[in-house]
Amino acid sequence: MSEIKIQIKNLYKIFGKNPKSALEQVKDGVNKDELLEKHNHVLGLKNINLDIKEKSIQVVMGLSGSGKSTLIRHINRLIEPTDGSVVVDSEDVLKMNDENLRNFRRTKTAMVFQRFALLPHKTVLENTMFGLHIQNTDEKEANTRARRWIDRVGLSGYEEKYPQHLSGGMQQRVGLARALTNDGEILLMDEAFSALDPLIRKDMQDILLELQDELHKTVVFITHDLDEALKIGDRIAILKDGIMDQEGIPADILLSPKTQYVKDFVEDVNRARVIKAKHIMSELNGQDRDNAMFVDQDDFIDRFIDKVISDKPSCLIVKNKSNDEIGYLSTKRLSEILKR
Amino acid sequence: MEDFLSEFPELSRETLRFIKKGFDASYRAFSREYGDAIEAVFDPVLYFLVWFEKLLQNSPWPIVLICFLAVIYFGSRKISVTIGSLFAFLLIGIFGMWEDTMSTVSIIGVCTMLSIGIGIPVGVLMAKSERAQRICTPILDVMQTMPSFVYLIPVVMLLGIGKIPGLLAVVIYAIPPIIRLTNLGIREVDKEVLEAADAFGANPRQKLFQVQLPLALPTIFAGINQTIMMALAMVVIASMIGVKGLGQPVLKAITNQYFAMGLFNGLAIVALAIIFDRVSQSFGHRIQQHRSGSRE
Repeated sequence: MSEIKIQIKNLYKIFGKNPKSALEQVKDGVNKDELLEKHNHVLGLKNINLDIKEKSIQVVMGLSGSGKSTLIRHINRLIEPTDGSVVVDSEDVLKMNDENLRNFRRTKTAMVFQRFALLPHKTVLENTMFGLHIQNTDEKEANTRARRWIDRVGLSGYEEKYPQHLSGGMQQRVGLARALTNDGEILLMDEAFSALDPLIRKDMQDILLELQDELHKTVVFITHDLDEALKIGDRIAILKDGIMDQEGIPADILLSPKTQYVKDFVEDVNRARVIKAKHIMSELNGQDRDNAMFVDQDDFIDRFIDKVISDKPSCLIVKNKSNDEIGYLSTKRLSEILKR
Repeated sequence: MEDFLSEFPELSRETLRFIKKGFDASYRAFSREYGDAIEAVFDPVLYFLVWFEKLLQNSPWPIVLICFLAVIYFGSRKISVTIGSLFAFLLIGIFGMWEDTMSTVSIIGVCTMLSIGIGIPVGVLMAKSERAQRICTPILDVMQTMPSFVYLIPVVMLLGIGKIPGLLAVVIYAIPPIIRLTNLGIREVDKEVLEAADAFGANPRQKLFQVQLPLALPTIFAGINQTIMMALAMVVIASMIGVKGLGQPVLKAITNQYFAMGLFNGLAIVALAIIFDRVSQSFGHRIQQHRSGSRE
């Protein structure tokens, strides 16, 4: 498999006057409510372990107050942890001095914010060049690079406008262009699409996926929306009250939720759109090919379900990209998956 | 017992006199010792002030007037303000107050420059450091509420009568708003935007000049406007310690009960105030153009 890009280990964050002593309490098993009531400290994150693979989209999902925005800010150290480590490309972010940290932020990461956080006194073009200006990049080069990304996110012609004159969706395109112009390997997106209308949100998700197909960045994406998480996440981590409930590929989270919280979360999801044939197939053992139907391993259930109903095959044979048969799927199993 | 309640127990007259005399004597000694040195510090400002005043007074008045109107037009970009100013200056000249007005403009100009030069860095410092804010706030309170005559006394004792003590008195009175509003403007900058600057690796200097100051600029401009207005309000008091300008005839009018003279010069001050205010306000609005229209 691909390399691990970001490694978060035993990460704790406690907000309050004396987090170090509160940390002892938390490690001794004091829970969030008790910590707040008796010690007047807020538990932000508790023992988070997360390996984020290179060139993948890692979604961190949770409701407000679950600590997801706190978690993403540890990756570029906008927030100092109380305990634990964050390693990016085998370098400990928490051990960097100010200068190294600034260089790390300038070259390795770029961030997109929920409420855009654009500079109101700068034009779209100047906003997009912001990261490069900070790095003192040559003006001409900065200009070319910024214009290219403005074009890529579909904002050509708006270069000289100010953010106030753009709609939310367009402002966030500027936010995205600003982050992409920086050309870091890591893209941190903090509820980047949450403030947008549903239709525009869908647009932006498509833009992100399309760009990711060619850019292959390591994306950490924070959201509170399960549909969004399932749509764009290669892997999903679910956070509740600062604790990671479950982490895995979308299908695993749907099919075998580990806690009641996750179960409640995934209950109403349209599984046919999330689960691929390869997620639910079993090993081949001499299935009859006569009345079988062949499906691609990466097909979602809703791609072939209509055909299953009309053709009534005896079973489904799953094939991989090079056309080898790698598993089978009984119609009974299929209906069980969809019924639940 | 009855005495104790009806009369506030105060220090004896002897002790009080001793304290006051001691205080005055030591301050006098201090000013004898360091007065010249401190005066020397202000020499460059004095030279500049004198040069500026002479420039305005000795240049042919039409040229000065045209320069003023040009500054007013490019500051406000408003024909109405420019024409209004033209009439105001013509009236001032016709009523024989041109020379005094030039003196007042020069001292207000220098005071404003000094206030901006000192006030903005102090405001930035206050915004960056809680301790600086805790120290500066009470000092600013004193500067704004202490009757100006009271701090005129030590200034005059130290530097004598003249332009520099007048300038100091005006700056002390006029500088608090720009300090306060610079501090406020920087503290009010959107936290998310600052976080974005951090996330892109901006260092403190880049954050200050590319994010905080530009975003605080409208508030800072309100402070500059206030500072100019307060400086103008001080010209009469400053004239008591020998600052030339429109304040002196007003002072003369008060002591001799010349109503018309007081009124004319008072109106000239009002006219200057309105011109300064309109120009600095519309300039302030114009630098916020990103809030309403795209760049021209």
